[in-house]
Amino acid sequence: MRRLMLGNEAIARGAYEAGVTVACAYPGTPSTEIMEYMAKYEDIYSEWSPNEKVSLEVAIGASLGGARALCAMKHVGLNVAADPLFTISYTGINGGLVIVVADDPGMHSSQNEQDSRYYARFSKVPMLEPSDSNECTAYVKKAFEISESFDTPVLVRLTTRIAHSQSIVGLHEKSNYTLKNYDKNLSKYVMIPSNARVRRVEVEKKMDRLYTYADTVDINTLQWGSKDIGIITSGVSYQYAKEAFPDASFLKLGMVHPLPEKTIQEFAAQVQTLYVIEELEPFIEDQIKKMGIPVQGKNLLPIIGELNVQILKEKISEEPPTPTLTLSESIPVRPPVLCPGCPHRAVYFILKKLALHVSGDIGCYSLGALPPMEAMDTCICMGASVSAVLGMEKAQGPDFAKKSVAVVGESTFIHSGITGLIDIVYNKGNSTILILDNSTTGMTGHQDNPTTGFTIKGEPTKQIDLIALCKAVGVDRVQVVDPFDLPELERIICEETSASEPSVIIAQRPCVLLKGIALNPPLYVNEEKCKNCGACLKLGCPAMESLGTHVKINEAVCRGCGLCIPTCKFNALEKVGEANETV
Amino acid sequence: MKPYNILIVGVGGQGILLASRVIGTAALKENYDVKVSEVHGMAQRGGSVVTHVKLAQKVYSPLIEKGEADLIISFEQLEAFRWAPYLRKEGTLIVNTQKINPMPVIIGNAQYPKEIIPKLKDHFSHVHDIDAFGISKQIGNTKAVNTVLLGVSAHFIDLQKESWYSTLQEVIPPAHLDMNIKAFESGYNHISTI
Repeated sequence: MRRLMLGNEAIARGAYEAGVTVACAYPGTPSTEIMEYMAKYEDIYSEWSPNEKVSLEVAIGASLGGARALCAMKHVGLNVAADPLFTISYTGINGGLVIVVADDPGMHSSQNEQDSRYYARFSKVPMLEPSDSNECTAYVKKAFEISESFDTPVLVRLTTRIAHSQSIVGLHEKSNYTLKNYDKNLSKYVMIPSNARVRRVEVEKKMDRLYTYADTVDINTLQWGSKDIGIITSGVSYQYAKEAFPDASFLKLGMVHPLPEKTIQEFAAQVQTLYVIEELEPFIEDQIKKMGIPVQGKNLLPIIGELNVQILKEKISEEPPTPTLTLSESIPVRPPVLCPGCPHRAVYFILKKLALHVSGDIGCYSLGALPPMEAMDTCICMGASVSAVLGMEKAQGPDFAKKSVAVVGESTFIHSGITGLIDIVYNKGNSTILILDNSTTGMTGHQDNPTTGFTIKGEPTKQIDLIALCKAVGVDRVQVVDPFDLPELERIICEETSASEPSVIIAQRPCVLLKGIALNPPLYVNEEKCKNCGACLKLGCPAMESLGTHVKINEAVCRGCGLCIPTCKFNALEKVGEANETV
Repeated sequence: MKPYNILIVGVGGQGILLASRVIGTAALKENYDVKVSEVHGMAQRGGSVVTHVKLAQKVYSPLIEKGEADLIISFEQLEAFRWAPYLRKEGTLIVNTQKINPMPVIIGNAQYPKEIIPKLKDHFSHVHDIDAFGISKQIGNTKAVNTVLLGVSAHFIDLQKESWYSTLQEVIPPAHLDMNIKAFESGYNHISTI
């Protein structure tokens, strides 16, 4: 049977076919759908973990407990999970352990463009890289075989164009993996220095065996064509190269760490010019150069961003691009925006009005940094808003805390904001933390999290009480507010920023895109009352525009949230009928 | 089996993913090799969104290059303009006449280009402009814009009627199926009036 599947769905399918029974992740584009699809398999325990480190540790526990386990994350998530990764490489596994990491070349939805292949070398763990959805399924199964044969975790690397492209997958039966026994083995699993020194030697032995294996593994394939051009490539770059140079010879690497040195030597000896075609860093190229083989690569191709067929043709065969329509006039960019009806808009409207320094974080609310709000000063990594606002206060002095806030989503707060809050209390900070609780992990497409009261499978579970949590770590000042109550929101922010102690404000209103949120009829502008003063436009709502004489509301875009109504002192923004009370 | 490249463009949140999945699934039924490259994450929050759908005997790259789209289905005027360089000279452009202002226009930092459709018609001989939002509203559900546009595009994608209908039945939840079939047919029947 064949199905059209996203790469991410195909990863979940591979896990199912491999007999995985424990799978975990924290959502992050472009990896999120792996666990969403995984949760649909009844036989697989699936979880949204609070963060990637916890996620990998749960998967490690499951592996040591004898199950086949899989853990998925985006590239920056692997930074969070790096600590357990580097040591599980030493202990090895019991049941197979596969870690899927999804890179985002071009930074479609990420804060950096790191090339996670270096993690494979750094942590001394093998890495596979599929080039379409069918390979996603096949390579996950292969990764479990390698994991168990070599007593090692295995990384599977995706990039956005693999994770988020659909292609055809051939479905197979589920394998009958049986749970292994759990046997106590202190010298293997307790990484105190005396044991770690012994395991350190085993790591090198494992890598030696893997180097030999790389020359025989069937996912590294030779495709002979014209020997004028030889191309070594992997992942989506293989697809671009195959389309750009259909007649060339290819060494397609399914395993990108370790590299098959003998195969590469032999391939290189038979082709006239050798190219390495890879996105981002010269990861393969540098290693081939170290083998003493002359190779073309990043001297021609960009190190930044994604590749495509056109880039390859232009840079390698110097083919002129297909002539296309060139537009003479400039086309306005369309950056992402806070949705119409978004509760975050209200918060930024007030923060901007109060001209506060805003230490920001990762999520939909990062969009508050864009015009017209421009009300977020920093955005580094998950959780950094809370810790960095303390650092700013320590640098600038306690008065600065009265002019600054940290803004963090509830899911990000649980991920890694809570530790920063403990730091603020412990080290006598005065910071004000705004937790934007919209009842979901929004940007990644609405996942449950420990504050929503539901698991990934939709089962009711204990709901973290944010107020009690903040009070428990020692924050005495905790207030809850509906951000759409603008005067109250403003009053509370002023009150809490002026307090000389830590405070938390929980701005609570569900994401407007969540199922079950009532959609109100669009508002309209009473053109006779509108003076076109532009006060409402300061909200940066995508449903509004100025026609020069008055403001107009786009009925196809407006969700009738009514946030704009109090911004108009001429009462020109009106609702239709009685039925559309704001939620 | 002739290769056929379809670019679906619009504004995040307009239902573009569903449209591309319907085309991809329908093509799979007719034994095409299919790749659909989607956009998830940040751009889905009201940004410019593009989905590539490639049908052929064998598809390698999931992306369509500039000048190589046989069909562009645009959910919004400005986005049709933005992505027009991807269309072959003899390609077909279906454009929903709906306008959604991008933030630089809303805050007065840029102008929404004027006369987009006539300009596109100057460059390309197969441009079909359709008020899919209006049609969708007539049917009684403004969320059916994507299915209306799919109905229009069915004229240009070489797939059997049965493949479209059976795919809609698979992909769309039963509660919304009748309305979406109606929307698809309204789109399909609209083209004869152009």
